[in-house]
Amino acid sequence: MSDLFAPLPITKKLFNHAMNVTAFTLSALALIPLLAMLWAIVSRGVPHITGDVFSQLPAPAGMKDIPSGFGNAIQGTLVMVAIAAAFSLPIGILTAIYLNEFGKQSRFAKTVRMLVTILSAAPSIVVGVFAYSIIVIPLKGFSALAGGFALSVIMLPIVTLATEEALKLVPNSQRLASAALGAGYARTTLRVVLARAFPGILTSSLLAIARAAGETAPLIFTALFSQNWLEGLMSPSASLAVLIFNFAMSPFPDQNNLAWAAAVMLVGIVVFTNLLARWVTRTRLKPS
Amino acid sequence: MTEVLEPTRSNLSKRSPVPKESWISQLGDGGFRGITFLAALLTASIPFWMCVGIFKDAYPAIAKFGLAFIWTQEWDIDKTLFGALPYIYGTLVSSAIALILALPIGVAVAIITSERVLPERLQIPIAFLVELIAAIPSVIVGLWGRFILIPALQPFQDFLYSHFKWLPLFNTQPIGPSMLMAGVVLAIMIVPTIAAISRDVFLAISQDLRNGAFALGATQWESILFITLPTAASGIFGSASLALGRALGETMAVTMVIGTANDISVSLLNPGNTIPALLANQFGEASDPLHIGALMYLALLLFLVTLAVNALAAVLVRALTRNA
Repeated sequence: MSDLFAPLPITKKLFNHAMNVTAFTLSALALIPLLAMLWAIVSRGVPHITGDVFSQLPAPAGMKDIPSGFGNAIQGTLVMVAIAAAFSLPIGILTAIYLNEFGKQSRFAKTVRMLVTILSAAPSIVVGVFAYSIIVIPLKGFSALAGGFALSVIMLPIVTLATEEALKLVPNSQRLASAALGAGYARTTLRVVLARAFPGILTSSLLAIARAAGETAPLIFTALFSQNWLEGLMSPSASLAVLIFNFAMSPFPDQNNLAWAAAVMLVGIVVFTNLLARWVTRTRLKPS
Repeated sequence: MTEVLEPTRSNLSKRSPVPKESWISQLGDGGFRGITFLAALLTASIPFWMCVGIFKDAYPAIAKFGLAFIWTQEWDIDKTLFGALPYIYGTLVSSAIALILALPIGVAVAIITSERVLPERLQIPIAFLVELIAAIPSVIVGLWGRFILIPALQPFQDFLYSHFKWLPLFNTQPIGPSMLMAGVVLAIMIVPTIAAISRDVFLAISQDLRNGAFALGATQWESILFITLPTAASGIFGSASLALGRALGETMAVTMVIGTANDISVSLLNPGNTIPALLANQFGEASDPLHIGALMYLALLLFLVTLAVNALAAVLVRALTRNA
């Protein structure tokens, strides 16, 4: 009997313990940067958040004792993300409807899916170069429009792929029921399928917006930056992300501090949108 | 005498139960399908449009420098002489450092969040926290890297220099920003990719395989090392390729911690430069068509390389999930 319950040889025991320690240490190494980042943002950014940061323009470098803020960057980020959403949400959702409701497994639909995946893997700086090539060069100038366009190219594949997943979740019986009542493709899709998939589509749209709000690389040489309030869609625009980049690279401590305060704001926007997306799915997806 | 209504086709349609909404009726099924088709066509055309647009503006540089661009070292804006080698070298080296550091960490996270080393109620929050790193905007990772990570790791860089300067890799005095720091920051950013995809691959492996190993007397870690990992090898390799694709194109965080150098240095403690960092630094001020062309040429190379790496990853991951 003793053979059946022989204790584990000591070498095996030690090996098991050693591997456990290694795996947990390595995993801790993965989590430390996250905690350190969140702590740094809170401890370095929050003390510099005053009423001024939301309403004032950035003070010229090195100037002391005048109000300084990044109101124009908040405005620029909101405007450009809105432009991006106005382009990418309708096109992305319609593309997803085509793929899931009409194209299905046809060769054309499969090719479109592959191209959307390629687009989602394109480095964001390359998307910026693309916007530079087709908007900044022909219009001979940096503009909020070019920045918004670049962000919309970032958002488009995210919206398309996630919306198609949401449409896949709609049970086919609902489409059949709608058709049996005499509705055609258009009415079935718009009144039944979209209504049912709405929370999922909203979630994917919010996640895409959160992603676009945090992007910097597509904006640095399309929207560039501006020290002033937005003068129009055809003029350069400030944005939180580019402000953080410019002011982090600046030698002036005042500007570095403003970069940290803007980081709190940007992380706040991204986290808030992410939480909103989760909350939407949780409350709206419950079977009624 | 009242007229009796016969249930003819026309009467039925008069009592149609579907309320008329003029815009949907006017659109019709064909019109609706057409609109969605056009949207799909537009979306699908963007990658081609991207290649053609970038190629068109890169053409002056492609025509002038040809493929020699790739192995030429000089980058002089005033003399309009452009060679990409230092930036290609920097992109590859920083990504390689990142992969070497991130692969063991990512796989370790995947193991403890999928195998039975931890109870499930701990696994899910850990997996969630690690994926949260991917949601932090890269400019903020760069900000943190520049002001917190580099000062914190300066003693480590000094240590490498003082004890290993006989190695060409560490033979220069570290000044803070360096190729090594860029690799570390990139590693932090790609760990979530490796962890999440490897975890999915591990979870897709049949439990029977592990049970078989346990039945033969394997310990937990013997089963992981000799059964799970070999079975998942191609999936892990796929996750590494995806992570590599992300590292090659990562811009902001790298730009903020790599310093800026325009020559090739073997020492990892020296500042370096990468293709995305160069694009981020020079595009805003470029005006000479040949300069813009050279930057566009670099962007095109970067796009094609990331495409190839991602295609490889897709093939590897698909091969495994089909077998499992």
